[in-house]
Amino acid sequence: MADHIEFTKEMKKSYTILAPYMLETQFDMLGDIMKSFGYNIVILKNRSEEVVKDGLMYVHNDTCYPALLVIGQMIHALKSGEYDVDKTALMITQTGGGCRASNYIHLLRKALVKAGFPQVPVISINLSGLEKNSGFSLSLPLIARIMACLVYGDVLMLLKNQLTPYEVNKGETLKKVEEWKRKLSASLYANAHFSLGNVYKNIDRIVSDFATIEIKKTPKVKVGVVGEIYVKYSSLGNNNLEEFLASQDCEVMLPGVMGFMLFKVDNRLEDIKLYGGNPAKKLVCTILFNFFKKFEKAMIDSFSRYPQFTPPMPYEHTKKNVTGVIGHGNKMGEGWLLTGEMIDLVQMGYENIVCAQPFGCLPNHICGKGMVRKIRELYPDANIVPIDYDPSATRVNQENRIKLMLSIAKEKLPQ
Amino acid sequence: MYRIGFDIGSTTLKCVVLDEENHIIFSSYDRHLSQIKEKSIELLGKIKAQFPNEKKYLFAISGSAGMGISDSASVPFVQEVYATRASANKFLPGSDVIIELGGEDAKILFLQGSCEVRMNGSCAGGTGAFIDQMATLLKLTPTEMNEYAAKHERIYTIASRCGVFAKSDVQPLLNQGANKYDISASIFDAVVNQTIGGLAQGRVIEGNVVYLGGPLTFFSTLRDRFDVALGKRGTCPENSLYYVALGAAICADEVSDIDAVTEGIRKYSSDGQFNTLTPLFTSEKDYEEFTARHKKATVNYKTLSDASGKVYLGIDAGSTTVKTVVINEEEEILYSTYSSNSGNPVPVIKSILEDIYQKKPDISIASCAVTGYGEDIVKNAFGVDYGIVETVAHFTAAKKFMPDVEFIIDIGGQDMKCFKIKNGVIDNIYLNEACSSGCGSFLQTFANALGYDIEEFSKKGLFATRPVDLGSRCTVFMNSSVKQAQKDGATVEDISAGLSTSVVKNAIYKVIRPSSKDALGKRIVVQGGTFLNDAVLRAFEQEMGVEVVRPSIAALMGAYGAALYAKSKKCEKSTIITSKALSSFEHTAKTVNCSGCTNNCLLTVNTFDGGRRFISGNRCERPVTKKSPDDSLNLYAYKNSLLKAYKNCEGKLGTVGIPMGLNMLELYPFWHKFFTTLGIGVVTSPSSSRALYLKGQATIPSDTVCFPAKLLHGHIKELCDMGVKTIFYPCMTYNFKDFNADNHYNCPVVAYYPEVIASNCPEIEKVDFIYDYIGIHRKNDFPKKMYGILSSRFPSVTLSMVKDACDKAYKEREAYLSLVRKKGEEIIARARKEGKHIIVLSGRPYHIDGEINHGIDKLITSFNTALITEDSIAHLSEDIHPGVLDQWTYHSRLYRAANYITTQKDMDLVQLVSFGCGVDAITTDEVRTILEKGNKIYTQIKIDEITNLGAVKIRLRSLLATL
Repeated sequence: MADHIEFTKEMKKSYTILAPYMLETQFDMLGDIMKSFGYNIVILKNRSEEVVKDGLMYVHNDTCYPALLVIGQMIHALKSGEYDVDKTALMITQTGGGCRASNYIHLLRKALVKAGFPQVPVISINLSGLEKNSGFSLSLPLIARIMACLVYGDVLMLLKNQLTPYEVNKGETLKKVEEWKRKLSASLYANAHFSLGNVYKNIDRIVSDFATIEIKKTPKVKVGVVGEIYVKYSSLGNNNLEEFLASQDCEVMLPGVMGFMLFKVDNRLEDIKLYGGNPAKKLVCTILFNFFKKFEKAMIDSFSRYPQFTPPMPYEHTKKNVTGVIGHGNKMGEGWLLTGEMIDLVQMGYENIVCAQPFGCLPNHICGKGMVRKIRELYPDANIVPIDYDPSATRVNQENRIKLMLSIAKEKLPQ
Repeated sequence: MYRIGFDIGSTTLKCVVLDEENHIIFSSYDRHLSQIKEKSIELLGKIKAQFPNEKKYLFAISGSAGMGISDSASVPFVQEVYATRASANKFLPGSDVIIELGGEDAKILFLQGSCEVRMNGSCAGGTGAFIDQMATLLKLTPTEMNEYAAKHERIYTIASRCGVFAKSDVQPLLNQGANKYDISASIFDAVVNQTIGGLAQGRVIEGNVVYLGGPLTFFSTLRDRFDVALGKRGTCPENSLYYVALGAAICADEVSDIDAVTEGIRKYSSDGQFNTLTPLFTSEKDYEEFTARHKKATVNYKTLSDASGKVYLGIDAGSTTVKTVVINEEEEILYSTYSSNSGNPVPVIKSILEDIYQKKPDISIASCAVTGYGEDIVKNAFGVDYGIVETVAHFTAAKKFMPDVEFIIDIGGQDMKCFKIKNGVIDNIYLNEACSSGCGSFLQTFANALGYDIEEFSKKGLFATRPVDLGSRCTVFMNSSVKQAQKDGATVEDISAGLSTSVVKNAIYKVIRPSSKDALGKRIVVQGGTFLNDAVLRAFEQEMGVEVVRPSIAALMGAYGAALYAKSKKCEKSTIITSKALSSFEHTAKTVNCSGCTNNCLLTVNTFDGGRRFISGNRCERPVTKKSPDDSLNLYAYKNSLLKAYKNCEGKLGTVGIPMGLNMLELYPFWHKFFTTLGIGVVTSPSSSRALYLKGQATIPSDTVCFPAKLLHGHIKELCDMGVKTIFYPCMTYNFKDFNADNHYNCPVVAYYPEVIASNCPEIEKVDFIYDYIGIHRKNDFPKKMYGILSSRFPSVTLSMVKDACDKAYKEREAYLSLVRKKGEEIIARARKEGKHIIVLSGRPYHIDGEINHGIDKLITSFNTALITEDSIAHLSEDIHPGVLDQWTYHSRLYRAANYITTQKDMDLVQLVSFGCGVDAITTDEVRTILEKGNKIYTQIKIDEITNLGAVKIRLRSLLATL
């Protein structure tokens, strides 16, 4: 790989770091954590047509949609004049897996040169040691806080989706979500030392607070959403899918991001199991995996205390679910996890599923569209619609296909 | 209470009124020409007039364009597939499968057992609209096309993926003289294949089949083709056009007041929300200034009969049109024609020549040149002096209007050619891919679909106040974008302007992809018939922010350039056919399938007076010379022969079957050695062919996956049909590491396609399918892994046997790779001795499959060049550090080969890219960067099911012409 501009310690002091938006509930809190570690971060929220245009202009058009949007969003921000381009850095994740996402950072750098911002450094967030910057380190304390933030986000997102459709006082749930986001941000920002015990307590407090929301359960179509991580979560990527489903009077279940984090660590263990490998690496990954598991457990425990909530499936359960359906070695992109989430959803009563992917998403040919037939064979009630997202895939087409799925779903609702 | 059901589709508006007993008491079927609002109100008016006493109805709206209207009119919306199911359950009890084709949608409903409804995805393109497009191309009405198809004798292979692909197959068939009866039937067959292949996804269509929707109602031959494909007789019931509307009517459960609904619809679209562009012109004055400016770029015209002295003839035999120009010594135009080629340029040019000789009997044609798709046949038929590649012709003409031109963009009916000029020579060429041919014919088909001719339609866009932003994607996507715009209430004017802009954006962002607007330079000449359209021209200037030159003869530039070229040759007397010889000129053409090899090229044998023969449509010399093509300088052929040398064999312990697709085409020597050493026999699936592909087509779950992966379904089916009991096709996240790469992944599709096979191919359940995850990259762990897999199946296999087999297999792989490198050296040495140029045809290992590369290797060597592969020279390059993460195995060799050839004067690189290959979106840019840094031209060829080599030929010749 060619050299890149390093993000240095000096830059950390004076630079603004721009990061793309993806997980709506989590990312605001993430920004605050990074700030507490001395990074002057801004989570980008620009989402106009210009974002797509800049993406189309500076990224190869056959590249997947998330790359186009993420890079478009960053270039658009740099061009906006809001930031001093000589004092701005960008931040992007890099999984190091076999899908194209590992190359977004390089496509971004190429785009920066094309767009006339060759001086802007790009920081890679990765757990694979792909790139290093002296001004940025993914230290253990930072990782721990990021995990806390992700789990809080999952908790809030799950509660929001489970309560909003049924709340008696409209808007109450959302209000609580916002309150908690502020509260958690503030505590993460202020809290110099960090303890798992605190995270447990916080999750408990959140769940019990939401349990006070008055709800009236009416029969609603229950829709699960799975897919490529960006279009699954980002409303910019999926044409406001959650909002659309809500407008169709559905209850939506988006499996949380914790599963994905566990999956990415577990993949390394799975590789060693399948092909052999270094015991030291195995030990490190096992420790990390067990650490991540604690967050998941806290969430499941708290949810399980209240009968009105559906707790997320434990990772091991999801993994077991796919045995005989798809191999655990299938790790690129969302890999077997995506298939597993579809099965989880069916088992949890969310048998109506939108499988969202960027047009031409390579891993999803296999673990998404490629598995629909098999899942239907095992679970005839599964009502799955794969939807492709793309700069010009039109909303009318997407919504029409989702409506077809919903029409079938509505038939099965008790009248 | 009566019921009303509306079905507002992409092109038509259908409506039924039902009485209390669900009898149809009113029905209407009409093209709405995008005037959805007006047509709906009109229709409601008719209903009111017919049933003056009824005010309240149970009303529901369905159809892909009906969502917006239903909101605005507060009438419930019923999804159309769902509606079909509801009406079929009610009116067609006992049906098992429903196949419904609409304007742009295809649906299959399985009613029995576990009920399933399937609808084409966003990529699968239209069906009714597709048939209309094809009919336009054939110059037939759809009804005529149906009648023609009934009289067919044979079926040609036409890509069934989408309209654009099919078009690229149909056009050469027409040009080669295939008859319209057969083509018409073949088009219907393509629709059948697309519907079954795209939607059945492995579920067998059995029981009572019902055909619904416009195309299946109107075209009896289409129903016949379905019957043939399904092996059963389906029925097309009465009212087959109205099932969606009927379904909406019977699903309707809310009472609506007809007047209130009418009012609601009337309000619709006044709040139309869609993304808009700047208007093309805001005033008549702007437009006048614009036209005045462009009028300046013109050529003098003189009459032919007054001419004296030598004249020069240029012919442009394009894919859809024939253009000719005669010029004098002053380069003034004496004569010009522009006409459709009517599928065969020869008679057209014959009559033009007759006309020229008649107008000027004493004409003195000093020289003559021809360019375009029909170059070879025209040159042969009429004794034309020179044949030149299109890019050269266009550049020659453009220089006439702007001597210091920096960039030329030519948009014709079917293709788009752009070239960058540096220091007076063509420096880079951009041609449109088969998937994005949003060109002139694209505008035309939309115009026709909306009920206008192209001129009227594009004029409408000039003063549109709110042009729709339709993006820059291919025709198929455009259909849905237009649908969306219609739904949002865009006017025909707005759509027209939007489409013209999208053609321009397609050219700029999909084909040229400049790093910035300035990268094209300021000196731009635009040409080609499509730029005669002022809306397109204006959109281009707006998008690029420059004033460009559009010659008045924009449509004739190829022919004019050819004439200028002929003149530059300073000849005295042309070899072109004389007036006398022309009078006895005869030409007959017949088509035959070449049986020389598995490509089975469709050949056109042209016979001229005196028994002269000319064969076209061939990819190699075999049908002409009757000898096998000389493959001695073709490394693709050599690699194939190496693989063929590993023979199928029986083993003492048993036999495994191996599908010859994807990564197997490189790893086969490894596996063959591995298994045979163990005493296990190996049989492979046969060579790929069209028939093999079709065999597996119905089990493909994702219609957007690359063709090499789709082909694998056929290989598996063949293996199962051969009675193979065990199939070995492992999942491989990792491949071998090449050179200094960052990692060594397979792409997700190659890595995990066995999973798709296991989950989607019913036949695989009957065999022992070995598709474990294995890691050949870990030489020490690998034998244990394989032992674990094999020991249960072949109990006499021991770990030490497996270790030995692995050792030998790794060595065999090395030996195979070194043979390839050695052959590469040989070819290079011989090519240099013979003074031949060397083309590095690079891609992925599976691109050596003739069904995937469509014989492009043979085409390249037929240009008197030598052909080697990237893996034969990658080791000669120094280590390089590409600007991207180099983490897929087949990429390092590609980057290195590109790097190496920048140091070799007589080598150029051509990259084969499979449509839908996600990782090649990354490599193509990187390879281009490496080559351009070394001052080499980058040539990419996108391949799919598509078999048309015309565009490929132009691209390769353009490359060779720049040398």
